[in-house]
Parts: sequence; C-alpha cells; structure tokens
Amino acid sequence: MGLVLNEDEVMLRESAEGFFADKAPVTELRKLRDGNDETGFSRELWKEMADMGFAGILVPEEHGGVDMGYMAAGLVAEQMGRNLTASPFLSTAILAATALRNSGTPEQQAAWLPKIAAGDVIMALALDEGGKHNPRGTTVTAKPSGNGFKISGHKAMVVDGHVADALIVAARTSGEPGDADGISLFIVDPKSKGVDVERTIMVDSRNAARVDFDEVEVAGDALLGSLDEGMDALGTVLNAGRAAVAAELLGTSDQAFQITVDYLKERKQFGKIIGEFQALQHRASHLYSEMELCRSAVLAALTAMDANDKNTSLYCAMAKAKLGSVAKLAGVEGVQMHGGVGMTDEYDIGLYLKRIRVAQELFGDAHYHMDQIASAMNY
Amino acid sequence: MGHLDDFRAETRAWLEENCPESMRTPFSNDGDACWGGRNWTFASDDQKIWLERCVAKGYTAPTWDEKYGGAGLDRAQERILRQEMKRINARLPLSSFGIWMLGPALLKFGSEEQKLKYLPPITRGEIRWCQGYSEPAAGSDLASLATKAEDKGDHFLVNGQKVWTSYADKADWIFCLVRTDNSGTKHQGISFVLFDMESEGVEARPIKLISGRSPFCETFFENVKVPKENLVGELGQGWTIAKYLLTHEREMIGEMEAPRPLSEVAAQTMGLVDGKLPDSLLRGKIAEAEIDDWAFKMTMGRLLSEAKAGMSLGAKSSMLKYYGTELNKRRLELMMDAAGQDGLEWESDRSNDGQLARSWLRTKGNSIEGGTSEVQLNIISKHILQLPGA
Repeated sequence: MGLVLNEDEVMLRESAEGFFADKAPVTELRKLRDGNDETGFSRELWKEMADMGFAGILVPEEHGGVDMGYMAAGLVAEQMGRNLTASPFLSTAILAATALRNSGTPEQQAAWLPKIAAGDVIMALALDEGGKHNPRGTTVTAKPSGNGFKISGHKAMVVDGHVADALIVAARTSGEPGDADGISLFIVDPKSKGVDVERTIMVDSRNAARVDFDEVEVAGDALLGSLDEGMDALGTVLNAGRAAVAAELLGTSDQAFQITVDYLKERKQFGKIIGEFQALQHRASHLYSEMELCRSAVLAALTAMDANDKNTSLYCAMAKAKLGSVAKLAGVEGVQMHGGVGMTDEYDIGLYLKRIRVAQELFGDAHYHMDQIASAMNY
Repeated sequence: MGHLDDFRAETRAWLEENCPESMRTPFSNDGDACWGGRNWTFASDDQKIWLERCVAKGYTAPTWDEKYGGAGLDRAQERILRQEMKRINARLPLSSFGIWMLGPALLKFGSEEQKLKYLPPITRGEIRWCQGYSEPAAGSDLASLATKAEDKGDHFLVNGQKVWTSYADKADWIFCLVRTDNSGTKHQGISFVLFDMESEGVEARPIKLISGRSPFCETFFENVKVPKENLVGELGQGWTIAKYLLTHEREMIGEMEAPRPLSEVAAQTMGLVDGKLPDSLLRGKIAEAEIDDWAFKMTMGRLLSEAKAGMSLGAKSSMLKYYGTELNKRRLELMMDAAGQDGLEWESDRSNDGQLARSWLRTKGNSIEGGTSEVQLNIISKHILQLPGA
C-alpha cells in the first residue's frame, strides 16, 4: 500500500476542505445548538452536499450517484470531522448506501439509491440497543406474520433516527442473542403503526434516537439481504461505518491538535509563551507522532475497502481502534493544554472533546476492537 | 512496467539458483549476521558463498553505481529485489555500517577519488567500518565533541576519546567526527575524517552492557596521524555530514522490527485457553501493541512513498525513530510479561543463553542511541510544530 493520494483525490480533498470550512464551520454547529434547532442539522446544507455529489458518493452512476468509492468518502468525512459538521452523511451516504448497493434487490436499489444521491431522503441504521456496541447481541425480534414480519423490541443510538424517512433495522429472525446467525435486516417506515421515535440530543449536540417497535408489521419485501444472514450484509456496512468514522475522527482529532498547538504559541505565563516549556513540547510532539500513525491507519482501511482486500475487516477494526484511542488523547490533552479556558464553552476545544467521545463509541470503541482483533488473529 | 516484470522474473530465478538453502531462514540471533572485514570468520560455507555471489552481482549495495561495486538499480528495481529476497526469507548477505552509513555520506560529500577508493571494498565485505561520534561528554549534545585534530601540514594529529563506538574492536577503519577549529560556535569547526584502526595510537576497549554482551567500545586516540586526503567534504563541514548521516541512522533504527509477531510469541509461551491468551489484561495490551505495530509499518511505507526519490524525510525521521524505538521497547516488555518465569533464565540451552532476556535489555538502548527519544521530541517540536524556544 502506497497510501499516497492521487491527483483526483487531492482535488476532492481540497474542494471538500473549502466547502465545509465555508458552509459548515464550528460556528454553524453552535448556531444549531444554541437555536435549539428542530433537526440538529441544516437541510439546506444537506441539499448543497448532494449538489456537490457528496450524498451520492457511494451511489452507482446508474442510480444518479458519482460512485467515487470509500477513499473519496473518507476524505469528505475527514473534512466534516475537522469542522464538526452535522449532517446525515454517515447515516445515509455511507451506511444506507453501502447496505443498499451491496445487499438490496434491484427494486430496493431503484427505490432508494436515486433519492439518497439527490439528498431527498434520510435513512438511519437501527442496530445498537444501548450500552455497548454488540451486533451479535441483537434482541429485537422479527417474527413471521402473514406474508411479512412483525418487529418488536427497542433500539438506541440510531444516528439521525429522529429525522429518518426510513430505518434499516437489524432484528433477530432466529437464534438467541449472542448468535452471529439469525439476524436479518429490514427497511422500515418510521411512520408505521407501532413505531415510537424519541429524539436523543447527545453530549456533542448531535442527534440520534431511541426507537421502540411494538409489533410493527412489515411486508416480505422489506427484507434487505438474506433471511437470517444479516451479519454478512452488516459486516460490509460496519466496515464502511468504522472506516468513515475513523476518517472523521482523523479530521476531528487533527483539528483539535492544531488548535491546541496554536494556543501553545500564543498563551503567555511566567513571562513566556507556554509553548516554550519542554513539558508541553514533548506531549505535543508525542501526539503529533500518534497522529501520523492515525493518518496511515485510516488511509489503509479506506484503501482496503476500495480494493475489497481480504483483510478489510481487520484493517477497519484496527483503524477504528487506533483512532478511538488517539482521538481521545487529542481531546483530553487539548483541554489540559488549554488550561482554564479549555473548560469554557467559549473555546472550541471542548466541542472537539465531546464529538470525539461520541464518535469513538460508534461501531465499537478501542477496547471492543482490540478484543475482536485478538480473537480474529487467534490469540 | 514491462521491464520491471522482466527484472522481477530474472531476480527471482537468480535468487532461486544462487541463494543457499541455509541462507533462507531468518536470523535466529545476533551471531547469524555476516559483517565481513579483515578478520572475519565465516560462520558457514553457505554464508561465504552467499556473500560472494551477491558481491559479484552488486547486490550488497544494490543502488550504488557499478563502478563503486553496486548493481546500479533504481529504487523500483531495488524494491523488487528486496521483495523477492523477503519472499524466500533470504538473509541479508552483508551487514555493514559502511553500506548503511558511510556509503551514503561519501556518495553525497566525498571526492570521486575517495568514492573509488573506499566504496568497492565496502561492497565486497573486505573492510569493516565503525562510527566515531559520541564522546563521554558529548552524548545527546553531540556537537560539543572535543576530540581534536591538529593541522600538521601533510596530516592531522588526532587526540581524544570516543564512546559507544559500535564494534570498534572488530572494525578495520573508522569514520570519525573531530574538532579542527575551536574559534566559532560548537557546530562549526567539526570535520569528518577517515582512518585505519590499525594506525599507531588507536585503542578500542569493549564495554560490557546490562545484556552481558559488548557491542560497543570506548575508543582512545593518542597522537594518531591521519593523512590530509582522508578528510571528507570541506574542513569544518563535519556537522552537516553528521546530521545527514544521523538521519540515515534514525531511519534504520526506526525500521528495526521484531522477528516474530508478538501475539504469536505470547501464544506459544503462555498457551491458549478457549482460543484466547489466558490473561485478558495482557491480551489487551498485546492487541494494542500489534495495532500500533501495524499502523507504524503503514506509516513507514507512506512516508517513504511521500518522500520523493532520493530525498530525505527530514524531521519526520525523528518521529519514526522516536515511535519505532519506543514501540520496540514496549514489545519486548510484553514478551517478557508473556514469557513469565521462563523468560528470566540467563544461562541455559533451554533459553538459548537468555536470548529473550538479552534482547529485552538490548532494546533499552534503542531510545538512547542515535539521539534519545527526548532529543527526537525536541526536533519534532522545533522543526515540525515550530514551537518557540525549542
């Protein structure tokens, strides 16, 4: 793996860099938060992202997308991370698009993918159920009923679930919680009878939902992928999610690091710029070194996704683990090196700390992935 | 790409035919490497044959020009050669500070006469070199070195002491930093000279380390006569050459890798229960180190691809040196943790004479030699982060 961006990728990164810095900087997140925005993101921005091709970045051209692949998607996610941009990019453009293009029937693809690319629809993945990320632990059930299924149970941490036009729900069609087999995916209309959606505003001022399913009836053609073998489809979706969140965290933690280094160069104490103190210099330089490893890990995971490498799952897990722990360090060190002002809402570093906390939990934290990697490597 | 494919096929066939079977296993300990030199005794006939065949092909220094004993390969070809050697686990035919360190400096700063005189014997493994840099009072603060070389017309008269001279007791020649001028700042007035370790007035005394081994010496110079033509570059240009060389050394040390995956060693020494290492906390730390190892290797690859052909990584080499050596220390600590009581044996066949414990102790020096971790962090602070006063 060379892990060096080609010309097209450099151009895309630059255009995304300019776009998000201009349209969705940190001040926009503050506006949404302080104005108690009903959705927690800007629909106009999402429409503009669709016009830029970002919403359809993984949608095949025949369905109206630009089909640029995961490296491109990661470069966009990185810039969103840098600016703490709130948008349905992860839930819709990454997770739903991946699920549909890999596992959808031609009818499902035709019904949803063009709308995703146009920015006309928001879809959310309802997988986790609270506590820790644990796909095999799925307890929500889908029981055969007539020609379709009845779904019951509770989902949590459904990112963008509060505004979703459709939910992709992981439910158990056989087996017991803890089994990898027996999980199936369904496309569910949240307006169906028996669905109750509660918006959950998170610590990072972004949005997710808790969703209750009370004997929700879905037709047989709501099934996405194969019955009982939803983990196969989910595997690819989760790889995509982990790589994309790792890419977002790369942008978030690198920006947290940059604003911290900038602060070290301006703050004076004891008659000196505090960046002159070796105790701080060495911590910053250590963090710089870790950030270099993070960039390689993310690029390797995205490259593997696009190449369909046999080690893709492993690389995505390693990237998510590495970014989870280093981003946390960047947030924690960032606040400490800011001193008192790091504790104030006025300074941005706290917003970065909070977003990092949420993103590191998404699709498995560092501990989860270390455990998974050790098992996958037979130790 | 056609010519590269041809080159790969030729190289593969050549290696298949010429690399002896016993040279297709990884080094099992320090004693397996071939260092060459006037007093070298080959560990086996195969070691000798393998070196001779590689020398004939120019493969001990593949990118050097043929007139200097190399094979004149470009970087793409060299990569293919390395990949093909790795494919069959072929051993490095010659380990040499001459190739790794002095060679690059001579190629950049030496005269044509010096290149023709010194490089070919290096590629043939005939002359073994050592490096005279650190002194008792000039370790991390290398530029404060005091070994002096006085101008005596046709020669320099060298007096002083070096320390941490790798294998000085086994080396034939030394490349050495000496002070030729005291009038300017400490970085000025340093010169880079070469001389024979058999010269009158040179003495090397091995230093016994905590590992029980003695890879380093204290080296003393008393009225050593060094011919003027043995000066490399300009008088007073030694610090520039030294910095260039240290960058190479950092990249090399950063690249050192443990021969076997940590998790594999741990699984073998601790055993598995239900497919897992029985100590869950240690298992987590091992997984963390393995992830870092992977990300570090990806980073080495990425930075080397980013650096344009022939260009140095600059201050980023300090990051690699810092991270690579600290990671290596972590890995060996974890290996000792995994080995438990069995890893503590020092003198037994069972433990291959304490191989693991001695390796563990050796790694402690990784973050000291070639500039300590703290010096590398200073360099990153100054040149990359551009923090004030660094």
